[in-house]
Amino acid sequence: MSTILVGIKRVIDYSVRVRVKPDGSGVVTDGVKMSINPFDEIALEEALRLKERGAATEVMAVGIGPADAQQQLRSALAMGADRALLVQVDGPVAPLTAARVFAQLARQHQPLLVILGKQAIDDDNGQTGQMLAALWDRPQATFASKLELDGNRARVTREVDAGLETLSIDLPAVITTDLRLNEPRYIKLPDIMKAKKKPLDTTTLAALGVEPAAGSPRAVKFTAPPSRSRGIMVKSVEELVGAMKQRGVI
Amino acid sequence: MTQILIVAEHSDGRLNPSTAKCVSCAQTFGAGTVDIAVLAADAAPVAAEAAALQGVRRVLTLERAENAEPLAAVYAPQLAALARGYSHLIGPSTTFGKDLMPRVAALLGVGQISDIMAVESPHRFLRPVYAGNALMTVEVPADQIVVATVRMASFQPAAGGGAGGIEAVSVEATLPTHTRFLSRTQAKSDRPDLQTARRVVSGGRALASAENFKLLYALADALGAAVGASRAAVDAGYVPNEMQVGQTGKIIAPELYLALGISGAIQHLTGIKDARTIVAVNKDGEAPIFEVADIGLVGDLFQVVPELERLLRAERS
Repeated sequence: MSTILVGIKRVIDYSVRVRVKPDGSGVVTDGVKMSINPFDEIALEEALRLKERGAATEVMAVGIGPADAQQQLRSALAMGADRALLVQVDGPVAPLTAARVFAQLARQHQPLLVILGKQAIDDDNGQTGQMLAALWDRPQATFASKLELDGNRARVTREVDAGLETLSIDLPAVITTDLRLNEPRYIKLPDIMKAKKKPLDTTTLAALGVEPAAGSPRAVKFTAPPSRSRGIMVKSVEELVGAMKQRGVI
Repeated sequence: MTQILIVAEHSDGRLNPSTAKCVSCAQTFGAGTVDIAVLAADAAPVAAEAAALQGVRRVLTLERAENAEPLAAVYAPQLAALARGYSHLIGPSTTFGKDLMPRVAALLGVGQISDIMAVESPHRFLRPVYAGNALMTVEVPADQIVVATVRMASFQPAAGGGAGGIEAVSVEATLPTHTRFLSRTQAKSDRPDLQTARRVVSGGRALASAENFKLLYALADALGAAVGASRAAVDAGYVPNEMQVGQTGKIIAPELYLALGISGAIQHLTGIKDARTIVAVNKDGEAPIFEVADIGLVGDLFQVVPELERLLRAERS
């Protein structure tokens, strides 16, 4: 019995143009489409492929968030996860709190791997996987673009600024996914029906015995970024060079 | 008084410019001291470069054979030990810093601030969220160490000419053996580094092949520019992924950004919005890139790029 834990975060869909509320208290979420964080979909896809190859026997999707995050966990079940757990939390969840949840679940379930997205596209923190690896005292391979298991080790290619880096890590370990790790599958209608019968449990931080991380960075204000405005259009390459010279950039 | 410790990023015995940008950020904290930690197998050449950065008080070197490669699991326990006594521990928001700093923060039992754009006070910062479509002001308690990464596009590198001290230190830390470095492949290039270049020439899917990117390399060489690409060009296999500019690639702030055959998807624009001047060439006059370009030209790349190169070379000679 070997389990892979996958994090599934509910975020504003990547195609939505996010707007800051006029009072600066947050961003507009009313009537906005919500989805699984795209990097988490990649994490789930990788876990499913490992299971299909016989490297794992069970994939468990874990969400931490409001009751509505059950929708994204249902989607994860439809994609192929065997079961799901929602740790219900209202309001923002600090990455250190999320890492504590996964560390606690790792102790309970003894997974082969915990696969998380390299970042969530809402708060763009990119911290939970690394924090989990520290708390769990296990290896981390972040920004993974290729993952191969070999016995009790994994060989992971990572996308780093200079190019590609390959690590060998002992299992169990934490992997965070980059875009090119895989292309997540589409959900088919029969899978949605099947997903309704799969177990989706709900728990709380207190029931898990996890203390929320006090003293984590707290948002006090949101503002819209300064916007760039449309410049001039030129008609020829000569004019282009002239305009560049005028701006002093060449 | 803040006591800031910066984690140096380096490779092949050279300090990465990201460290000098962290020093610039640290100097906006107000009164206090700035030290740099160099973890390496052989720290001397990097430490000398770091000590020469303006505003640096001293450089702490932690030399161990295990520090030859920047493995987060190996560096983190040493940094957590070294950071005691400091008010702030900061690193660059590069793949090096993003991999390492959260692991250190968790060992210290604190949260972490990602991508500092501006320092409003030593415990209040501005950072981007939603791919830069919103900015968030965050506060952290003053009674605990602050661990943070610095957004590279928001700070200029600190100047050289300083004379900080260099001090070898050691810490009590048990290092794990569960993580082994195997290899790193990087394209060797004589062109400037994409992340720190003053000028960048970028190509999109319209280039249509890896072969056609040679046109861009020739133009880049005429300008002394680095070469980047859109995600579409990377996904199509025209260029390797480390050339990708955008939310999911590199976020850059050059003085001049030339977007050639790039339509301007939001995720790409996120990566270039701090460029001083954006020049766009696209055959589609309705392409969103023109909404943000300072200078736009509607035209065919395969005619415009060689002609632009010829005119720029003529300007230079």
